[in-house]
Amino acid sequence: MYSFDIQRPTTIADAVAALSTDEALPLGGGQTLIPTLKQRLSAPSVLVSLGTIAEIKGVCTGDDGAVCIGGGTTHATVAREASSYPALADLAGHIGDPAVRNRGTIGGSLANNDPSACYPSAALASGATIVTNTRSIAADDYFQGMFATALNEGEIITEVRFPVPEKAAYMKFEQPASRFALVGVFVAKYADGVRVAVTGASENGVFRWTEAEAALSSNFSADAVPAAPSGDGMISDLHGSGAYRAHLVAVMTKRAVAAAR
Amino acid sequence: MPKDHGIGASQKRREDVRFLTGAGNYTDDINVHGQAYVHFLRSDMAHGKINNIDTSAAEGMPGVVRIFTGKDFEGVGGLPCGWQVTDKHGEPMKEPAHPVLAQGKVRHVGDPIAAVVADSLEQARTAAEAIVLDIEELPAVVDMAKALEAGSTKVHDDLADNLCYDWQFGTDTETTDAAFKNAAHVTTLELVNNRLVANPMEPRVAVGDYSRANDEHTLYTTSQNPHVIRLLMGAFVLGIPEHKLRVVAPDVGGGFGTKIFHYAEEAFCTFAAKACNRPVKWTSTRSEAFMSDAHGRDHVTKIELALDKDNNFIGVRTDTMANMGAYLSTFSSSVPTWLHGTLMAGNYKTPAVQVNVKAVFTNTVPVDAYRGAGRPEATFQLERVIDKAARELGVDPVQLRRQNFITSFPYETPVAVAYDTGDYHATMDKMEELMDIPGFAARRAESEKNGKLRGMGINCFIEACGIAPSNLVGQLGARAGLYDAATVRVNATGSISVMVGAHSHGQGHETVFPQVVAEMLGIDESMVDIVHGDTSKIPFGMGTYGSRSLAVCGSAMVRATEKIINKAKKIAGHLLEASDSDIELKDGQFTVAGTDKSVAWGDVTLAAYVPHNYPLEDIEPGLEETAFYDPANFTYPAGAYACEVEVDPDTGKVTIEKFVSADDFGNVVNPMIVEGQVHGGIAQGIGQALLENCAYDENGQLLSASYMDYAMPRADDIPHMASYVVDHSCQTPCTHNPLGVKGCGEAGAIGSPPTVVNAVIDALHSGGHTHVNHIDMPVSPSRVWAAINGQ
Repeated sequence: MYSFDIQRPTTIADAVAALSTDEALPLGGGQTLIPTLKQRLSAPSVLVSLGTIAEIKGVCTGDDGAVCIGGGTTHATVAREASSYPALADLAGHIGDPAVRNRGTIGGSLANNDPSACYPSAALASGATIVTNTRSIAADDYFQGMFATALNEGEIITEVRFPVPEKAAYMKFEQPASRFALVGVFVAKYADGVRVAVTGASENGVFRWTEAEAALSSNFSADAVPAAPSGDGMISDLHGSGAYRAHLVAVMTKRAVAAAR
Repeated sequence: MPKDHGIGASQKRREDVRFLTGAGNYTDDINVHGQAYVHFLRSDMAHGKINNIDTSAAEGMPGVVRIFTGKDFEGVGGLPCGWQVTDKHGEPMKEPAHPVLAQGKVRHVGDPIAAVVADSLEQARTAAEAIVLDIEELPAVVDMAKALEAGSTKVHDDLADNLCYDWQFGTDTETTDAAFKNAAHVTTLELVNNRLVANPMEPRVAVGDYSRANDEHTLYTTSQNPHVIRLLMGAFVLGIPEHKLRVVAPDVGGGFGTKIFHYAEEAFCTFAAKACNRPVKWTSTRSEAFMSDAHGRDHVTKIELALDKDNNFIGVRTDTMANMGAYLSTFSSSVPTWLHGTLMAGNYKTPAVQVNVKAVFTNTVPVDAYRGAGRPEATFQLERVIDKAARELGVDPVQLRRQNFITSFPYETPVAVAYDTGDYHATMDKMEELMDIPGFAARRAESEKNGKLRGMGINCFIEACGIAPSNLVGQLGARAGLYDAATVRVNATGSISVMVGAHSHGQGHETVFPQVVAEMLGIDESMVDIVHGDTSKIPFGMGTYGSRSLAVCGSAMVRATEKIINKAKKIAGHLLEASDSDIELKDGQFTVAGTDKSVAWGDVTLAAYVPHNYPLEDIEPGLEETAFYDPANFTYPAGAYACEVEVDPDTGKVTIEKFVSADDFGNVVNPMIVEGQVHGGIAQGIGQALLENCAYDENGQLLSASYMDYAMPRADDIPHMASYVVDHSCQTPCTHNPLGVKGCGEAGAIGSPPTVVNAVIDALHSGGHTHVNHIDMPVSPSRVWAAINGQ
């Protein structure tokens, strides 16, 4: 780890100001950034910790019934407190291990947009709104490929609003070593249709499986899930080919539909 | 009632008190006043020619003490290989130089190029980034078959090719060919024994210290065998005589074989401490461990089994390529030969067994012994091919094995070793009983109701442990003796320190060894401690590996304790005014036979050290004895293993529902510790079978270089303890060591991989996937799915 300064702002405004410095990086729960620093793969001059900003922590219910989660809220807190959206709470409760869940944050996960992370599938399948210090971004516009998002330099996720579906479930097939999602599928059934988001599988990061959405919107049953999508563009690595991942997309979608409540 | 004292008692591990309360003293806990830190700059390419290493900018960086490169080690020996294999033409194996720091070429990712010694580790790392390397990348040789092709790039330019040796062993070719010609059925299987990284919880650490005052070197290191390191490093690398070199291996957090070997970092820290006149410390990161700890396994094998019309095994023939990696690690050459070929008869009376092994150099991390070392590779191929034969012939795999069992002992195999004792039917009976085989059909039906395929796998294993008879291994190419030693020092008030050559790095010696001494003397275990891990304190013993500690070092301890008893009886006889031949020792009391005249243990020991009333004309004062013990033969633990798996045919995921081991370890000193050893060994075997895979790409880049990609078994990969039954009640005591023990440390890792794979294949066949005859380990979800779908 190279040496760096650390700042601990207590307000969003102070954090934004601190991040305007050259080579400053925001530090959420540090579950990706800290290992990167230890490997000397990143050399910020200043780390701006977001963990000291009380106003971006916690879970509440919006006027429209949406579950609103502060960007600095840990996975463990979401697992415990997002009870009005059980599938989301369940997802949060199965990220990593207890140490990860007590440090990692939803804002950090969505800002990093790891192609195998769990949260992006929930945000995209729920049609969530990602609220930052400057604007609100629809999930459909937010995810822009592996490790790429609509966030600008220095922009901070302050809140994520999840409309609560009638039924939903997340099914994760774990990569044997990291236990990240080899394929994870989040299915959410709303009054106006079904949304299906897939993480872990695509070289372009989280995506919506629109064929499945169409089929499930007219018949929400496991039998209605279409045949597996093409393996083209799916990640192929030590842990599985693109064809295998594509196959798992269909299997996990069926299981998510069957488990949805 | 179970014993709570002495041999056979499940005493709790006394060392766990300090391990579990953070009071252990590991090598990284050792900090010597004024120490500097070394960071190794390691190759990020698999193969390259070093044109220039420019350290000039780095040398001026803050905190830098000195920067070393291969040039600094030109006058120093290379890392030696401890075993010279002779090939089938009578020629010695090829033994390329293994420099401490790379000279001329880098040969694997992780090969150390330069070493920066600085006041702090961060300063050393920063300075290393300022070293300018001019290394011309060369094509890498990774695949063994390609490495053996004519015209392949050579790992070592001074060798003719990448072949280390071409070894043939066992039955001659004419006899073997005749067996196959006469066979009614031949089963053939090609398989891979996957490369593994040992991953002890504690990474390797070395601290070198040098005293100008008396020209003495001290190396603190994470080793399973400090005397072996002292011998190899002192005599072959740095030229330091033993009396000027002390090697200390304090608490060590797991070894699994990978801490047997003498590593470059140990030699470097010892060398640099004198060169810099400062203690030098190195602590491996986990990333470094992946690319610098010797790896394990990595065999590619074709095995053929010939059966007659009555399904008797009449011939076994194997052809293996064994990966040596880029250099020969300390015992690498012996693993695919003497620790593998000698076990190819298994538990069976096959009359013709021929083993062929080509050892191959590649641009990968050196490969050496890992828990089981050679014996898991032998067991896996033999027990897989037998399982395949049973399926092809439509016979019960248990019965096929039973009808071919060796049943009379001693038994001389066609592959050099002589099994002293065993009862393979007994362990098979025990396994069948514990497995509830009649209930399997119902359990399978229940799984099928849930959309899962259930399979059962069974197999046997045998291993050669208690390593090893020195005269035999010397004939086979070992460059060391493999005896061990113990000194029993009885103190004036009767407490005892036993200095042992064995090293405990998880095995529980500190609990088990005192149980033996306490039993022999009839005193309480709390009066006995063992001392291990410091060459300045212990006699010259060869350390711990090959399930040898109790069988070899424990035997030395028994012999030394017998000498103590003999002398103590003379003292007691003097005190009791009786002939020492009439003295009996029981429950810590010396008694004149047939009388009530007695003297206590403590009175005798006190007399030895305060010899006022003492037979000084006959015996010396004091009570301390040393014994060296060289075993007459290997020991041969054996057993029968079984497991049940469920396969999810939609995802390919395998879960282990039940695991049963029935082992014969001979006599058992501490049953609880033995069960813990087997539980751990099977967990590692399950890891190999389902999860672990050290993978390189075609350019020699390590794909599984961290826990993000290298899958270690975790608690939920292992069956619940209620379904994880380890039994050692079948006991045929070893016939040639005083305790009748065989060793238990490696059995689980040896016996379990074929169990799991056999079960997976059985499950797939039950689901109609009868085209799947083998899946290479690790049997990962994607591989199972690909096999089911013919991909």
